[in-house]
Amino acid sequence: MNGSPDLQRSADGNALALRATGAWTAPFAPALERLVADAEKLAGKAGNVSIDVSQVSKLDTFGAWLIERLRRSFTTGTVEARIDGLSANYASLVDEVRRVSLAPGDDAINVTITGMLGQIGRSVAGIVGTVAALIDMLGAVIVASGRVLIHPRSFRLTSTIHHLEQVCWRAVPIIVLITFLIGCIIAQQGIFHFRRFGADIFVVDMLGVLVLREIGVLLVAIMIAGRSGSAYTAELGSMKMREEIDALRTMGFDPIEVLILPRMLALVIALPILSFLGDIAALYGGGLVAWFYGGVDPEAFLLRLRDAISIDHFTVGLLKAPVMAAVIGIVACVEGLAVEGSAESLGRHTTSSVVKGIFFVIVMDGVFAIFFAAVGM
Amino acid sequence: MIQAVSDPIIRVRDVTVQFGKTRVLDGLDLDVKRGEILGFVGPSGAGKSVLTRTIIGLVPKLSGNIEVFGVDLDAADRAGRRAVERRWGVLFQQGALFSSLTVRQNIQFPVREYLKVSQRLLDEIMVAKLVMVGLRPDVADRFPSELSGGMIKRVALARALALDPELVFLDEPTSGLDPIGAGDFDELVRTLQRTLGLTVFMVTHDLDSLYTACDRIAVLGNGKIIAAGSMADMQASEHPWLRQYFHGKRARAVMG
Repeated sequence: MNGSPDLQRSADGNALALRATGAWTAPFAPALERLVADAEKLAGKAGNVSIDVSQVSKLDTFGAWLIERLRRSFTTGTVEARIDGLSANYASLVDEVRRVSLAPGDDAINVTITGMLGQIGRSVAGIVGTVAALIDMLGAVIVASGRVLIHPRSFRLTSTIHHLEQVCWRAVPIIVLITFLIGCIIAQQGIFHFRRFGADIFVVDMLGVLVLREIGVLLVAIMIAGRSGSAYTAELGSMKMREEIDALRTMGFDPIEVLILPRMLALVIALPILSFLGDIAALYGGGLVAWFYGGVDPEAFLLRLRDAISIDHFTVGLLKAPVMAAVIGIVACVEGLAVEGSAESLGRHTTSSVVKGIFFVIVMDGVFAIFFAAVGM
Repeated sequence: MIQAVSDPIIRVRDVTVQFGKTRVLDGLDLDVKRGEILGFVGPSGAGKSVLTRTIIGLVPKLSGNIEVFGVDLDAADRAGRRAVERRWGVLFQQGALFSSLTVRQNIQFPVREYLKVSQRLLDEIMVAKLVMVGLRPDVADRFPSELSGGMIKRVALARALALDPELVFLDEPTSGLDPIGAGDFDELVRTLQRTLGLTVFMVTHDLDSLYTACDRIAVLGNGKIIAAGSMADMQASEHPWLRQYFHGKRARAVMG
């Protein structure tokens, strides 16, 4: 029912008459834009310009704006282009777009050498900010724990138990499965390579020390940073976005005490338990592989294990766990509270929570290695 | 701009929607005429938003038939649906602006998807829409989190209008606005309806909006339309809920 639009030109001496026909509406916008751009090339050459719109069958904001653009480009200091034949229906729409004044748009972001150097500088300076924020949060958590110790009734037991269920109980199957598989892989690789020297049995030493001291706790910490650290950040971040944290503050609650302390405590309790389960699962997996693939029967395995490891190896692993839990928790909470209004910001901070969490876990592991070497454990 | 034609732009027939065991809409019939502003009221939890979302296709219905622009949306294929969706705009209750895009990108988003036009025209249309909804063009590069509640509603309306739809759904457009802001918004809807020839389907609780902006009012209760007609019809009705709603203390204050 609506013909495709057109813009006819007829020149009469110095005067130029433009006649718009058809439907000047959004679906035809690409064609309309070309028509108007073609006509605009004549601007400045003609003296008296009239735009006849009486034959326009349908008009919407796109059409009205393009006609207005045409009028503006033909309007110079002395002459003003006229719009003729405007029906009463469309007059208010054309008046509406006439009010539009175009501000010069922002240019695209410039990519320059100084800009890139500046970006690097800001990132480096950001590291200091990150560490400061972590220390700040650590301090706030310690102060809040102190307050809770003095007033034990303000401790949120229900919340802590809830988070303990989320991060500990529900994590058990996946943690046990992963550590079991890693135990199997370590044992298989060990046997495969040691067999060439006829040193099959030493795989038990390797498995025991490696799993108890390093792999068990490190693997569990990394899993938990990915599993629970990200969840904490997303929870706190979306609460921040919906002003729930501000609401808590105005009611006189300390968000650190209500939200962060129970989460931190749950992690600090959960990680040693999960590490212990992980250690057992990895040793069990390694033992099974040693038996079926390496021919080390369980009795020999256990005897050898008893000789190879001391309680120190086990203690070293488990001592690290709560510290790593605290690091993961603090990183996750700092990132959660740093979320701003947008979904993109939530995503960015959740990613950064996991990345930073894992990074700090590995850094802490290195620090512990130096420390335990120094104290001779 | 568009004369009120008698054929309805939305025709809802015998629609039933059920969540679990709760029947929210029960054999509901409703017509929305071309070019009118229909105010849709009812008690909280009566299913006003559910009906809106059912018409738009976000909530599945148990039975019944809905035609928009004369197209049965269940029978339409993908392309047919998209063609209809292009002709309507939706303003969600919370604005539903994309939080990671600026105001400019939010308004340009549907246009960019559907039309191959130059960046220059996109920018110009964006400014035109902002001016139409009564905002200054310098908000264009702000993010939704940097806007006030009233501005969010206006930007969301600008986005709903981006493709010059023939029909707009407004879900509680004035909730959360101050009375002056709400009054301005009603005025804005009226102006846009006049200039663009829109049909407006407005879910609202705001008596002022009903009084100043709406041509016709439909009332939802017990999963059905219990009354539809002009403000005068509503005030004359003997239905207990309607009497309470239109003759309560607040209503008297509005109608003076």
